[in-house]
Amino acid sequence: MSSIEERVKKIVVEQLGVKEDEVTSEASFVDDLGADSLDTVELVMALEEEFECEIPDEEAEKITTVQQAIDYVNRHLDQ
Amino acid sequence: MIYSQILGTGGYLPERVMPNSELEQWVETSDVWIRERTGIESRHIAADDESCSDLALNAAQQALAASGISAEDVDLIILATSTPDQVFPSTATRLQQRLGVPAGTIAFDVSAACSGFIYALDIANRFIQTKGAKTALVIGAEIFSRILNWEDRGTCILFGDGAGAVVLGAADQPGIISTQLHADGRQESLLNVPWGVSQGYEALQGVHGKVTMKGNEVFKVAVRTLGQLVTDTLQTNGMENSDIDWLIPHQANIRIMEATAKKLNLPMERVVSTVATHGNTSAASIPLALNVAVRDGRIKRNDVLLLEAFGAGFTWGSALIRY
Repeated sequence: MSSIEERVKKIVVEQLGVKEDEVTSEASFVDDLGADSLDTVELVMALEEEFECEIPDEEAEKITTVQQAIDYVNRHLDQ
Repeated sequence: MIYSQILGTGGYLPERVMPNSELEQWVETSDVWIRERTGIESRHIAADDESCSDLALNAAQQALAASGISAEDVDLIILATSTPDQVFPSTATRLQQRLGVPAGTIAFDVSAACSGFIYALDIANRFIQTKGAKTALVIGAEIFSRILNWEDRGTCILFGDGAGAVVLGAADQPGIISTQLHADGRQESLLNVPWGVSQGYEALQGVHGKVTMKGNEVFKVAVRTLGQLVTDTLQTNGMENSDIDWLIPHQANIRIMEATAKKLNLPMERVVSTVATHGNTSAASIPLALNVAVRDGRIKRNDVLLLEAFGAGFTWGSALIRY
């Protein structure tokens, strides 16, 4: 079983079509990985599917980096 | 058992083409921005003196000619639009008169926004199956350019004008294999024109009487809903994705179309896409796309087509057809 960090990074690689080594924890989806607004919507949808959760729009807006996505999932799975 | 079958298709696009570069002149946007997020390069815009029924008339005449059917043989007209000629009567009755379809036949409009054509097709299919009609003209016709806020770069870049039509005839084999219609008014505010005849009529002329959309939220619901819809449609009919020859989606946005194709594991070569040069023509987009692919020879008799749409309401629906 992969860690949450690995699973999140795998989704980012698949959704944004970027290389694995570009997906550092600090990487910003828009500024570093070239995502546009619809890419980030699709990314959040992919996270929701992978982790079987619903990420409300106001929470989704705050997820702008790889680390923020990992943190959100960690917090959610703790509940 | 009586089924209905598509006898022929037609389409009409107004002469004036508006490329993205023209939009750059009055809203803060760019050709690259529009193409990357929507796949749209240009759209057609109706002339000032063109009405919805003008567009519909051209598409309908072409569909009748392609079918080898005379207007006198049509006994049902269903026209899907959100931008009718007049408050009343329906654009369909105006078209009946202009086409020369006999007096006394059935004609009415259907309002289901971008899903309008699927709604109209479903209804016409039921008429034919229940012997209420033999030969139906089903049309999607829209002049969205009249209800756009040309200062809103989130919406004015998306839409275009046009009309598409099919002639349905009774047959002893499907034809239309199945249709699915759905609606959910709970998220209406994400995509609408918030004023109308019985509510804020005076606001209709102003900038607030135009299309409003929360694009990212609509995108999310559309992708999810359409993914579920196409999966359901195949399952209900005991079919596999490999049984589908052509996916003909409502042409809202190439990214939504790609997401639905991905859900079906269908390569984009199997998706009929006209969004680049038509933009989103609302209820007209599916019959226009169908018409393009029939006329360029991609769609052949006996091919299995999956039509799907998602639009304001929300409304959504699909049609599975053996052409």
